[in-house]
Amino acid sequence: MNQNKRGLIPPKFKQVINRELCRRCKRCILSCGFEALKFENGVIGIAGECVACHRCVTMCPEGAITIQKQPLDYRDNEYWTVEIREELYRQSESGGVILASMGNDKPFKSYFDHLVLDACQVTNPSIDPLREPMELRTYLGRKPEKVTVEKDKKGKFQLKGKMPANLLLETPIIFGGMSYGSVSLNTHKALAMAAKNCGILMNTGEGGLHKDLYPYTDNIIVQCASGRFGVNEEYLKRAAMIEIKIGQGAKPGIGGHLPGEKVTAPISETRMIPIGTDALSPAPHHDIYSIEDLRQLIFSLKEATEYKKPVCVKISAVHNVAAIASGVARAGADVICIDGFRGGTGATPKMVRDHVGIPIELAIAAVDDRLREENIRHQVSLIASGGIRTSADMIKAIGLGADAVAICTAALVALGCHLCQQCHTGNCSWGIATQRPEMERRLDPEWGGQQLTRLIQAWSYELKEVLGLLGVNAVESFRGSRERLRGIGLSELELDILGVKHAGR
Amino acid sequence: MVNHNYQHESSGCGLVGIISTTGKKMSGEQVLRAVAILHERGNGLGGGFAAYGIYPKYRDFFAFHLLMDSAESKSAVEAYLQERFLVEHGEEIPTRNPSERYPNYSGGRNLEEILPEIMPSLLWRYFCKPKRPENSTDGLTDEDYVVQAVMHINENIHGAFVISSGRNMGVFKGVGYPEDLGHFFKLEEYEAYIWTGHARFPTNSQGWWGGAHPFTLLDWAVIHNGEISSYGINKRYLEMYGYKCTLMTDTEVVTYMLDLLIRKHGLPTEVALRAVAAPFWKDVDRMPADERKLHEALRMVYGSALLNGPFAIIFTHSRGMVGMNDRIKLRPLVAACKGDMVYMSSEECGIREICPNPERVWNPRAGHPVIARLEDGVK
Repeated sequence: MNQNKRGLIPPKFKQVINRELCRRCKRCILSCGFEALKFENGVIGIAGECVACHRCVTMCPEGAITIQKQPLDYRDNEYWTVEIREELYRQSESGGVILASMGNDKPFKSYFDHLVLDACQVTNPSIDPLREPMELRTYLGRKPEKVTVEKDKKGKFQLKGKMPANLLLETPIIFGGMSYGSVSLNTHKALAMAAKNCGILMNTGEGGLHKDLYPYTDNIIVQCASGRFGVNEEYLKRAAMIEIKIGQGAKPGIGGHLPGEKVTAPISETRMIPIGTDALSPAPHHDIYSIEDLRQLIFSLKEATEYKKPVCVKISAVHNVAAIASGVARAGADVICIDGFRGGTGATPKMVRDHVGIPIELAIAAVDDRLREENIRHQVSLIASGGIRTSADMIKAIGLGADAVAICTAALVALGCHLCQQCHTGNCSWGIATQRPEMERRLDPEWGGQQLTRLIQAWSYELKEVLGLLGVNAVESFRGSRERLRGIGLSELELDILGVKHAGR
Repeated sequence: MVNHNYQHESSGCGLVGIISTTGKKMSGEQVLRAVAILHERGNGLGGGFAAYGIYPKYRDFFAFHLLMDSAESKSAVEAYLQERFLVEHGEEIPTRNPSERYPNYSGGRNLEEILPEIMPSLLWRYFCKPKRPENSTDGLTDEDYVVQAVMHINENIHGAFVISSGRNMGVFKGVGYPEDLGHFFKLEEYEAYIWTGHARFPTNSQGWWGGAHPFTLLDWAVIHNGEISSYGINKRYLEMYGYKCTLMTDTEVVTYMLDLLIRKHGLPTEVALRAVAAPFWKDVDRMPADERKLHEALRMVYGSALLNGPFAIIFTHSRGMVGMNDRIKLRPLVAACKGDMVYMSSEECGIREICPNPERVWNPRAGHPVIARLEDGVK
């Protein structure tokens, strides 16, 4: 019936071009990754193609473009929302799962927004971070329960025995796993440069490690996911830490999917798969069907790297996350990354993204509690990820018990991402989530590295400010110190799970 | 379930500590004079003393000092002690006439009326030995066994608190100015080789006898001026090891932390202090390799044990006394020595009052402990 490309779905956005200001340079047309603009006696938008990524707006030298929602009123229906109706159109046309990207964007309660911090007044002085040292240094890895010392010949106390492998972070933030393939090589380079500048780590995601990133070995976490893309001896050697990815917040319980169109020659080489084939990682690891299998993989990786590198296990935050995390710790993991349901992705079934998993705030609190109850908290470091938007979110996650946070979407925003949620199309106009060479080269890795470095620096300053106003000068004196958090507008049960009191108490 | 509903209180305070490193005994008269001069640092809502060497007759017994507010709590405590300990002797702690308790009272309310709130009616001490089978397989030392009993009484027996539990030592404390309390407890009649005294200025409570210093466990006693801003995490860390922070003040955390690190984890005192008042990374980075490695390990393992926030602490045990400040010295601490005597106080006047001409007086550096030990061979 309806012959146009968009089927029954009406256009979402329209480009409004000010013809008096436009000097017809066509830069906007070139910059659009979605071919949503064309030139016919002037620049005009193509109905239904614009995704509001704002690349054209940013690139227009005259400021002649603005993007607006295409006004279209439906008959009101609180139950059959517009989004639901449009999804039904799409599915009845495609017959498949609806793909989406980034993280869950539904209006679930954000617990971060219901937590507030304490501050010192009179009885305990606050500390000025501009005048006093303020320590953010964080070690990721297993710690022994206690330190043992012995006296040397001169009568000085020395550490007895060796500490397990730990990684030093200068600030408790890392860049989370985003695979080469889902994002461009220049994005990876920018992340690696920033990780090096900031003394932190970047996670390669599951797509292997491009050779250009070999110089950044000390700042790289390599991921070993169910597809085992790009996993070989060299890969393990070129990392400071190895992460076994069991799950991801945006798609708990299912594997990754990189469409064949994105598998270009360099991707093919890095992932060790043929050009143009879909890179499908299975839902479970085909050698992990129970916790003891995970233990074997953890120790295989440790053997392969001579116990010199911590092994991290990434799980998505699901209902029973506390018990799972406890099992993972007992299976030998040195670090556990927990990815909440707001966590992003380059491609996932929308239904899974929006309806599976639990918030990171509740998960990290429950896991930290459980590991303490079992007296094994020291055996693992906890990384909270999945929806950390600001330094405030990071700080609250640390207060709830995380050793560090991993950020992905926030980092991409620093590189220009406008959250148009089209990563799965591979058309990213910003050169981030694309493998199209003409798009990819738009992202200058040097500039991107600087952007990210400044972002981490800004968050670190803000963390120092908060530690100072809390009257402590080391991040570990705040980590898990739930006494310094209060809830607002939370039920007793929610407060109990978070382990915080309500404001006013 | 985890109980997250804890509250804690903080306070400003005056401290005095005196030790004879040769084990020479002195009466409580000196410490009383010193703490009286620090009157301004207290507000009449808490004072206390620790004394070492006061029970030579019962030197092998754990001396439980108990504050109890009713006959019921007393009989519950005695039943519990009888069941788990050989109780050699039990007696009321001698005091002066209760009306002499608070000559300097300045709380504004009728003293008679509020007395039950601020001082329990029953002050008793029991000299006990653990009653356990010879070949006990629970893996506990006698000390662990005593700690368990203290935790049990403080947590489970309503209205009863163990305020000290070490051998040949005892704590005397309550609500009031310390000089009044010392008079009330007849401290001049005790002979000790270590004395500490504390004047309290609680900020957010009307004062509670359980909250007065010193805080103790076994022969550890801690007096403290300050607030532990890291209380929240210190408490959760200690809970992993079975410590129950029932007294709701940060000083309790300091006591248990030292017990954990020194007694349970076996760290030498000076090393344990490097964990709880860790040097800054900028200084650690400049240390020789071996020393750096030790400090890195301490910080990695004991990050949650770091005591952060403004404090000056004097802690004592049967073999010595240690004074220590927080990492940036946000509260005062002065040390002095003369002959075999070592003095520490929050104010120099606290020392000069009883030792007008010390050989040396100094302000200890931030985070650097002053350690005074009994000389080897002194019993």
